[in-house]
Amino acid sequence: MDVLNALVLFANFVLIPATAYGAQLALGALGVTLIYAVLRFSNFAHGDTMAIGTMFVVLATWGLQSLGVSLGPLPTALLALPVGILGTVVLVLLTDAWVYRFYRSKRSEPVIFVIASVGIMFVYNALTRFVIGTDDQRFEDGARFVLRVGDFRAWSGLSEGLAIRTSQLLTLVVMVLTVAFVFWFLQKTRTGKAMRAYSDNEDLALLSGISPERVVRITWILAAALAVIAGTLYGLDKSFRPFTYFQLLLPIFAAAIVGGIGQPLGAVAGGFVVAYSEVMVTYAYKGILTYLLPESWRPEGLVQMLGTDYKFAVSFIILVVVLLIRPTGIFRGRVI
Amino acid sequence: MSFLAAEAMTGGYGAADILHACTLTVDRGEIAVIVGPNGAGKSTAMKAVFGMLPLRAGQVRLDGRDITRLSPQERVRAGMGFVPQVRNVFVSMSVEENLEMGAFIRDDDFHATMEQVFALFPILRQKRRQPAGELSGGQRQQVAVGRALMTKPSLLMLDEPTAGVSPIVMDELFDKILEVAATGIAILMVEQNARQALAIADRGYVLVQGRNRFTDTGEALLADPEVRRTFLGG
Repeated sequence: MDVLNALVLFANFVLIPATAYGAQLALGALGVTLIYAVLRFSNFAHGDTMAIGTMFVVLATWGLQSLGVSLGPLPTALLALPVGILGTVVLVLLTDAWVYRFYRSKRSEPVIFVIASVGIMFVYNALTRFVIGTDDQRFEDGARFVLRVGDFRAWSGLSEGLAIRTSQLLTLVVMVLTVAFVFWFLQKTRTGKAMRAYSDNEDLALLSGISPERVVRITWILAAALAVIAGTLYGLDKSFRPFTYFQLLLPIFAAAIVGGIGQPLGAVAGGFVVAYSEVMVTYAYKGILTYLLPESWRPEGLVQMLGTDYKFAVSFIILVVVLLIRPTGIFRGRVI
Repeated sequence: MSFLAAEAMTGGYGAADILHACTLTVDRGEIAVIVGPNGAGKSTAMKAVFGMLPLRAGQVRLDGRDITRLSPQERVRAGMGFVPQVRNVFVSMSVEENLEMGAFIRDDDFHATMEQVFALFPILRQKRRQPAGELSGGQRQQVAVGRALMTKPSLLMLDEPTAGVSPIVMDELFDKILEVAATGIAILMVEQNARQALAIADRGYVLVQGRNRFTDTGEALLADPEVRRTFLGG
């Protein structure tokens, strides 16, 4: 029985990657849930907003790198982030002015907004592929590891190694800071409270003198910023490819709904629920069980519930189960 | 010249008129109550005063100023407060946040006004951090009225404030309304509980099918045998 090695294996291949992935999903789901709470529709273009936003960051990063700018051990992409956010905010506000405002003035049904957002999704995706191409793009630099496998093995004396990548630690830190800011903004500032009031009871908010145009604008700005940050962190962690972000829509929506759509806290909790489920259901437990069980009980097969190709099936199942059993989610959001 | 003079209001939501030459007036510190059978147009009349209904004819004057063309938000800025019948609080926000949102259009420090609201409704001070949705019906009505009072209105309009509350709570609410009127605010109220409402009313308007049918002091209307026969149940 080798508990320590089993724990390290678990931490290295499940705990750390799932936490990083969960943080990225949390930020994505937070943007989706804010748009749902205030603008009252499911924004299917959010994934490709992440794509185009990250593309801006990638281009700006390459620009900075060619100028010789670097941030030491941290990725240069952090410096490029404000540029990416600015570009995406402009794009998103233009989209609202040219597309969504028309339907708002006609007081269209939410499903019309959803279909419009599907169209926007295609446009954003096409723009991204047009500008940067469809291949993998790498834009990370700086130190790759915070903790190396070799260093860990030397320190612990175990046969299994633990590695923490800079991108994973960065994801966690940035997520905590961003979420803290969003919560502070919503709970403590006048504009944030006005957004919550508008989301709670639109008519009463209008009666109280809250400007709907301003609330809508701030929501788009926040959601765009969250999308760019989430997309950049994901791109630094894995790599940037335009189509990946579209695929992230499913786990992001699953996360938002599990947590309770329209509830910011729910988006964050949901992100981790989905990430941990995905990783734990598709992980091959053979290694861990080999460490924990006596010789005669050791498994021959991989002991993997679902192949990693079926990762998205996990999100899909979570989504369907939650909608069937408890549509309001953990923190009781609106029922869609 | 009354403080609020809504004269000869005629209009409706679509092609058909609901109000026909309806007139309502209130003075500062007065309580005016609108009563009538179901479908008489009581809430419609009040919404017309607030600007939520397009008027084909008639005008609304507040303190001599013609406000007929102003939108509801502009009328709030002009000094009107409106408490809707349903969905009149932000259920997910705390009592204190509800009051803060009530004062949204104000630039100045509104904490003195919030203290006045808490003095008027002590239970709200106790529950200031609780989400408004968790309060009982009567307490929620207090939050709704408090929210409207945060702009320091000169005219407060209440749409059926005692709808769905128990008789004891209704008495308490009417007491509070009397206290509010005592501070000099004009009160215009639509009520189904005609008897109790007319008992505290300085002026009573009985509307039938969008028209003024009886207009008198509350006391006189309660004593009037025809009014008693037609809708107070004798």
